Amino acid sequence: MEMLTSIFAISLGAILTNNFVLSQFLGICPFMGVSKKIDTAVGMGAAVTFVMGLASLVTYFIQHLILENLGLEYMQTVAFILVIASLVQFIEMFLQKAMPALYTSLGVFLPLITTNCAVLGVSINSVSYGYNLLETVVYGVTGGLGFMLAIVLFASIRERLEFSECPKCFEGVPLAMVTAGLMALAFMGFSGLQVW
Amino acid sequence: MNFGKQLKEGVITNNPVLVQILGMCPTLAVTTSLFNGLGMGICATLVLICSNVVISLLRNIIPNKVRIAAFIVIIAGFVTCIDLLLKAFVPDLSESLGVFIPLIVVNCMILGRAEAFAYKNGPVASAVDGLTQGIGFTLALTILSAAREFLGAGKFGGGLIDVSDGFRIVLGGADGIQVLPEGVGASLLTQPAGGFLSLGIFIAIVSFVMRKSAEKAAKKEATK
Repeated sequence: MEMLTSIFAISLGAILTNNFVLSQFLGICPFMGVSKKIDTAVGMGAAVTFVMGLASLVTYFIQHLILENLGLEYMQTVAFILVIASLVQFIEMFLQKAMPALYTSLGVFLPLITTNCAVLGVSINSVSYGYNLLETVVYGVTGGLGFMLAIVLFASIRERLEFSECPKCFEGVPLAMVTAGLMALAFMGFSGLQVW
Repeated sequence: MNFGKQLKEGVITNNPVLVQILGMCPTLAVTTSLFNGLGMGICATLVLICSNVVISLLRNIIPNKVRIAAFIVIIAGFVTCIDLLLKAFVPDLSESLGVFIPLIVVNCMILGRAEAFAYKNGPVASAVDGLTQGIGFTLALTILSAAREFLGAGKFGGGLIDVSDGFRIVLGGADGIQVLPEGVGASLLTQPAGGFLSLGIFIAIVSFVMRKSAEKAAKKEATK
């Protein structure tokens, strides 16, 4: 029971109250870059969720089986980013061979994910929060789902903004930033949520 | 080599944050006090200069196909150095920047400069490029954090300026100068949502000023 509560609390936190994009500022680059259309936003969100789940699983083992045993915790950053970069490369090659349909829909986003700070952030955070294996994976997957929620909502707002008139100097990124700010404001409302 | 021209490019016309829109995550997340903004800017600048020089020295050895991975490993090495140095000498900064210190690795500004400049130019030019782009980044972060702190909490120089016992510059732990009376600031601006809003408005102001000056230059050209 305790396990269930903690998993529920982690998921709720990662998706709503502590959303990766809107309240922790992780993964802003793809959030701004690939959110012009809903289709691509969904693709990016799915790819990020997939990679975040896998990356948190793999880095958990790297941290607890290799780095801690050898006393190399200070190499965490280097080790994690290397593992994530090769993992992404690996997934790309695997998908290309095994699931060409999925590859064509996710493929273009995969290389971008290496430099997505949400992926590295989720691995580092789960280590510093001291999560166990199950919690780590749940945190990774739900963090990705939170990212997906934010980017899909944001893309649907931006699609409508295309046709609206605004001052010249606000066109493009500044307007997107202000929109994201208003969304973050709305998400702040979730911070009152509590898990008993 | 024209240092002045490169400096102008890094700070104004090609500013990494305000014009190229790179390195958004740290820009939004840490600009809540002058100390954090300035500290993040200086750390990223140091990493950028070092990684630019090393990548430029190795540019003939690194094969084209694995260059991104090689860049990331070089950058990650320097980030680890900075991380350990901060933990040892400025623990307050290390604590308040938290996860964003290791995340300098995936700051697209640093990877972007490696790809766009250091991989194609000599070490001296790359060091200068790193310095000027870094100054632009630091300046943008400093201005944004000063503005957010002033409007949000009515303070100036949080963490950096200690006035409880005369005027002193310290590294962390200070409260800053209370410019406005307590409780006047719009505390929303120090929250995450305020980060997006203030950065959006900041970019809009810069683009407005640049458009105006371009128009003025065009008019001058026409009347000549």
